[in-house]
Amino acid sequence: MTEHAQVPMIALAGNPNCGKTALFNAITGGRQRVANYPGVTVERKEGSARVHSGLVVNVLDLPGTYSLNARTPDEAITRDVLLGSASVARPEVVVAVADATNLERSLGLILELRGLGTPTVLALNMMDLARRRGLELDIDALERELGISVIPTVAVRKEGIRELLEAAAGMLAPGGAGASAARPAGTMDVRARFAEVDRILRAATKRRAAPTLWTDRIDRTLVHPFFGTVIMIAVLGLMFQAIFSWAAAPQDWIRAGIGYLSQGATAVLPSGPVQRLIVDGIIAGVGAVLVFLPQILLLFSFILLLEDSGYMARAAFLMDRLMGRVGLHGRAFIPLLSSFACAIPGIMATRTIENPRDRLTTILVAPLMTCSARLPVYALLIGAFIPNTVVWGPLRLQGLVMFGLYLAGILAALAMAALFRRTILSGPRPPLLMELPTYKWPSLTNVALGLVERARLFLRRAGTVILALSVLIWFLASYPKPPAMSAEPAIHFSYAGKIGRAIEPALRPLGFDWRVGVALIPGFAAREVMVGALATVYAVETTGEGREKSLGAVLARDWSVATALSLLVWYVFAFQCLSTLAVARRETNSWRWPGFMLFSMTALAYLGSLATYRAALFFGLG
Amino acid sequence: MKKRRLGELKKGERATIVRVTEAAETGLARRMLEMGLLEGSRVELVHEAPFGGDPVAVRARGALIALRRNEANFIEVADD
Repeated sequence: MTEHAQVPMIALAGNPNCGKTALFNAITGGRQRVANYPGVTVERKEGSARVHSGLVVNVLDLPGTYSLNARTPDEAITRDVLLGSASVARPEVVVAVADATNLERSLGLILELRGLGTPTVLALNMMDLARRRGLELDIDALERELGISVIPTVAVRKEGIRELLEAAAGMLAPGGAGASAARPAGTMDVRARFAEVDRILRAATKRRAAPTLWTDRIDRTLVHPFFGTVIMIAVLGLMFQAIFSWAAAPQDWIRAGIGYLSQGATAVLPSGPVQRLIVDGIIAGVGAVLVFLPQILLLFSFILLLEDSGYMARAAFLMDRLMGRVGLHGRAFIPLLSSFACAIPGIMATRTIENPRDRLTTILVAPLMTCSARLPVYALLIGAFIPNTVVWGPLRLQGLVMFGLYLAGILAALAMAALFRRTILSGPRPPLLMELPTYKWPSLTNVALGLVERARLFLRRAGTVILALSVLIWFLASYPKPPAMSAEPAIHFSYAGKIGRAIEPALRPLGFDWRVGVALIPGFAAREVMVGALATVYAVETTGEGREKSLGAVLARDWSVATALSLLVWYVFAFQCLSTLAVARRETNSWRWPGFMLFSMTALAYLGSLATYRAALFFGLG
Repeated sequence: MKKRRLGELKKGERATIVRVTEAAETGLARRMLEMGLLEGSRVELVHEAPFGGDPVAVRARGALIALRRNEANFIEVADD
């Protein structure tokens, strides 16, 4: 073995749903990081741990896989790292993770990993559940038959973690046990591998585990053709209800905080351009976006809980037939659902889709799902233009319009998917082959760590892209200054005003004047910036609390209902997000598809807005 | 011992896999094997999806695997 100049790396590999991520969290605790979206081709979940001897090791959580014969981009990452063909270094030790409640199946991959030539130690995870189901294993016999160290673990209770780390670290030392272990040919056929698994288990099992009854019992209701569908709709309904109602209070607190901050800054700083830059540019612009943090976190908590418990795969199972109508795979359901929060994690979640055409179709339509960045614009315009009259029972017109906008996004995504699958991406329907994992209580640690990661990415975005855009918009809207004693508002003379007037002829047919044009330009970079941009353009002096309300009042006075409806429709369809563009470019490996998305969605938005505006005028809403 | 295809089973029926044939898509048969759908595995069709009973969920080698009847038909089974 070679000497390690740098920190040695231990990689975790195993079947999906074997508790690998829980094990990773137990080993690394909070000391972990996920590589960020931009510029990185591989999402690497990496952390570090300190072994008893004081040695620090890096720990890498590889995507779950059934074999090294990769069928998805995710599985290809695992293969490349383990075989040492990726740009990343090959791990010094592999921790093979097996689900102790289902050794019959999970040992198949372990035999494949053992044949790689990297020192390997086996973690028998979820050992508590297996014991409770009556499993009695002869660990020594298992070690003898497999030829590698076997450590029983219970990741969620941190049992066996220290032993596992010691065993892995023991193999780092020159002449470690793993390298010399007996190892059969690595190229064993799948059938032969499972025959070997059966032989090993016969030798090492003293008592077999009874089959679990809970999962089948729960599934009798949750994947029941009728009740299962009803429950799924109810779960999704609860999710959206929660995003809007539970987030309201924390959003108010954030708004109030931003209000205090901008008042404080105004009081402390001497008046002048620097004060205006900080208050109108930075605090107002970034603040308008920060308000959405509670909603984004709520949505992600639901998605993480549903995923961790094992329900998400059931939703894909229930939806496969319907998704098939538009040529999509049942698995596309999860990425599309995630896109309600943000198209970026949605597009990244398409990595679990095996077929490239299917995956590309899902990536192309994901930005049509109503992401949370559209919410501020919807909320502003609906609040300003749609009366909140009671339609029927608890249903009010504002809520219905909001629901209608979401529905329009879903229908557009499905229609475009059907169109793409029949034209540019036509081909036979790819097969469905997916495990429905055993249900388990979601681990709060896993969910919490996932949420922290999402919050970090969101705040980072607010602190970089959105901060920069806010400053830029403020500058364009403030300079050059108007000549003295001018009757026109200052914005009229600014760069922003000039740009807005230049593009006005193209926007006129949609009912947008030059001021909307000014706000749309930064909106192309990030949708939610438009609210702040409109506020700047309309020179609304109030900031922080009550800002949207007063902006809404100004818009209600200035615009026709037809213009507002047209702008709402524009927002349903238009592809306005630099980050999504960047992720789509990375995931499709060319500018061709993101370019196509930008063009087709803008065209769709233009035609949709045009039709809406004309129809609204026809019905006398001008 | 009657021979049938996995996709022809009804909900609640059990059988033993006798042959996994090369499916329409290359590599699919291999993945079925890797997921535990292989010769000698005892299988039970546990669930049927709504809107026409397709896809189905099959228990094999302790795991619950969802697949469409079309693909399940590449697997030959014998009744127990």
